[in-house]
Amino acid sequence: MSKKTELTASIGDQTFRLLTLLMAISVLVLMVWMGWQMYDSALPSIQKFGFSFITGRVWDPVKEQFGALPFIYGTLVTSLLALLIATPIGLGVAIFLNEMAASKVRVVVAFLVEMLAAIPSVVYGLWGIFVLAPWLRETVEPGLAKWFGFIPLFQGTPAGFGMLAGGLILAVMILPTIAAISGEVMAAVPNAQREAALALGATKWEMIRLAVLPYAKSGILGGIMLGLGRALGETMAVTMLIGNRPDILPSLFAPAYSMAAVIANEFTEATYALYLSALVEIGLILFGITLILNVFARFLVWSVARGPKGGTSNE
Amino acid sequence: MLRKKGKFLTCILTGMLALSIVGCGAQNPSTPGKETAAPVNLTGAGSTFVYPLLNQQIEEYRKTNPSITINYQGVGSGAGIKQVSEQTVDFGATDGPMTDEQIKGAKGGTILHIPLTLGAEAVTYNVPNAPKNLKIAPTVLADIFLGKVTNWNDKRIATDNPGISLPDLKITVAHRSDGSGTTYIFSDYLSSVSPEWLSKAGKGTSLNWPAGVGGKGNAGVAGVVQQTPGAIGYVELAYAVQNSLAFGMMQNKEGKWLAPSLQGASAAAAAAKIPDDMRVSIVNAPGAEVYPIAGFSWALIYQDQKDKAKGTALVNFLNWTIHDGQNLSEALQYAKLPTALVSREETMLKSITTQGQPILK
Repeated sequence: MSKKTELTASIGDQTFRLLTLLMAISVLVLMVWMGWQMYDSALPSIQKFGFSFITGRVWDPVKEQFGALPFIYGTLVTSLLALLIATPIGLGVAIFLNEMAASKVRVVVAFLVEMLAAIPSVVYGLWGIFVLAPWLRETVEPGLAKWFGFIPLFQGTPAGFGMLAGGLILAVMILPTIAAISGEVMAAVPNAQREAALALGATKWEMIRLAVLPYAKSGILGGIMLGLGRALGETMAVTMLIGNRPDILPSLFAPAYSMAAVIANEFTEATYALYLSALVEIGLILFGITLILNVFARFLVWSVARGPKGGTSNE
Repeated sequence: MLRKKGKFLTCILTGMLALSIVGCGAQNPSTPGKETAAPVNLTGAGSTFVYPLLNQQIEEYRKTNPSITINYQGVGSGAGIKQVSEQTVDFGATDGPMTDEQIKGAKGGTILHIPLTLGAEAVTYNVPNAPKNLKIAPTVLADIFLGKVTNWNDKRIATDNPGISLPDLKITVAHRSDGSGTTYIFSDYLSSVSPEWLSKAGKGTSLNWPAGVGGKGNAGVAGVVQQTPGAIGYVELAYAVQNSLAFGMMQNKEGKWLAPSLQGASAAAAAAKIPDDMRVSIVNAPGAEVYPIAGFSWALIYQDQKDKAKGTALVNFLNWTIHDGQNLSEALQYAKLPTALVSREETMLKSITTQGQPILK
């Protein structure tokens, strides 16, 4: 190889490196810029309400009084509800597909799960209005009230539209994310790991518990966190089902509201500056919460990944 | 490689040239009477309520005035007001009039409100086995939305509907969750009939609702109502008619019971006392034929048009919409502007000037 080609190659490499570096930086710049822009637009509201914006429970555009707590509460509770429901099911789907199912079944079911991810959220919302909400109102909520009515979560009149409906629709929506990512991580577990467990006389369940899950746990955690990210930001389907009422009520049957939903609902008709600014501040809070949760998730994944890869018998 | 690129470029250039020739060809022969009209592009933004009508009017107007392209975006009244104030669009449209403060903040000088059309709102409900056209008195309606009347077997509903037995069923209030001119008109009406509503919730595009659940858009409210036995909500008349929802009869200021209708809305506009700047609420207007829950949609336009070509096109178009353009309204379930009002609007349009000269003569 002549010197000339070496030189051009290194110039090419250099340019390429610079180019990709620029792209990488642009993402960072975009993030900071967005955050700054939102902070700037939210400033009138931040100055007027200060910290009471986060603790305030009244949202009254007519009287120019804004408090975001009901929205923060609604977003966190629906997302948590969705995680509680979708995580075990998603994991179950992943385990079944990877460890149990015959390959024909696996192809079909995996395809269906992927289809779930491709359905537009407005379609989920419509299905929720016409199927899920009536079913909740007539069957599920009266049942829950009958058997678990002593818990405040399950008291009150069954309405269909409310926190429970919002949480359930989110669960369906994040299920494919959790299932797909957990599935892929499990598929990446070396077969030697499984064979070793089986050779030692482990049952199938023990093999999964001791050889597969511990190996895949950081990836699974990552999948759950991605699902959480989607749940926090999901707007359309939630607003169609949650009842859109800025209130903090103990019952899961009662209507609630989420941060993304209130922004989408009221942004276009926010008729004065402070109102708009308050909505942007909600956006800023949502941005902040997502950021914090992501950092937390990174930390969690990182600390789990440092743990033992294979299972230990007393784990 | 280079040669290939060259060919590709030529291709694009030829294509562009061909397109521009076709474009000119379409424009030239059409306006024989007028001096050769240069193409004008107008943009407008605002109310989603008026969008279906305005869009059809634009299509229709283009048939006789092909040189004028109007692009209207239904982004919501609030956004429309903002954009016209910032002068990023040539005109706006809104369902709630601009406040004095907003008018002062408009960057292009004096802004005019030109009524474009009228809408009525229906109160729709879902009570199993109840007839259509239940009578719901104004104060009862307000108290239902205040969360004070909570059951369909309430005595106050029964007294207005003798002979109809209403079930023991909890009332679920459904309202718009998205900010909306529909909510503005409805809350304006409740404020006009109930002092308690005025002090507790007031009027606006979004409110702190004392009771109920929110649905997104007319479809969202109708969805909640249809899926929840005992629910009551308000939707645009057009939406209620097109989806054959059950709606209630309202009692107007003269004590007459009326089902919502386009005629009732037009009557409200004709009966209401309308100030010169046209910023007026016509809810609960006096008159026997008046349906009480109705409101205007206004176009927002600057009195001084900086750009002569654009200004002329815009004023001509608006002048057409309040005259011939009104013929399109009833098929789309919008109420016609009353004739007396149209002539006042014409005077208003005549006050619009460009470079010191009035546009309409």
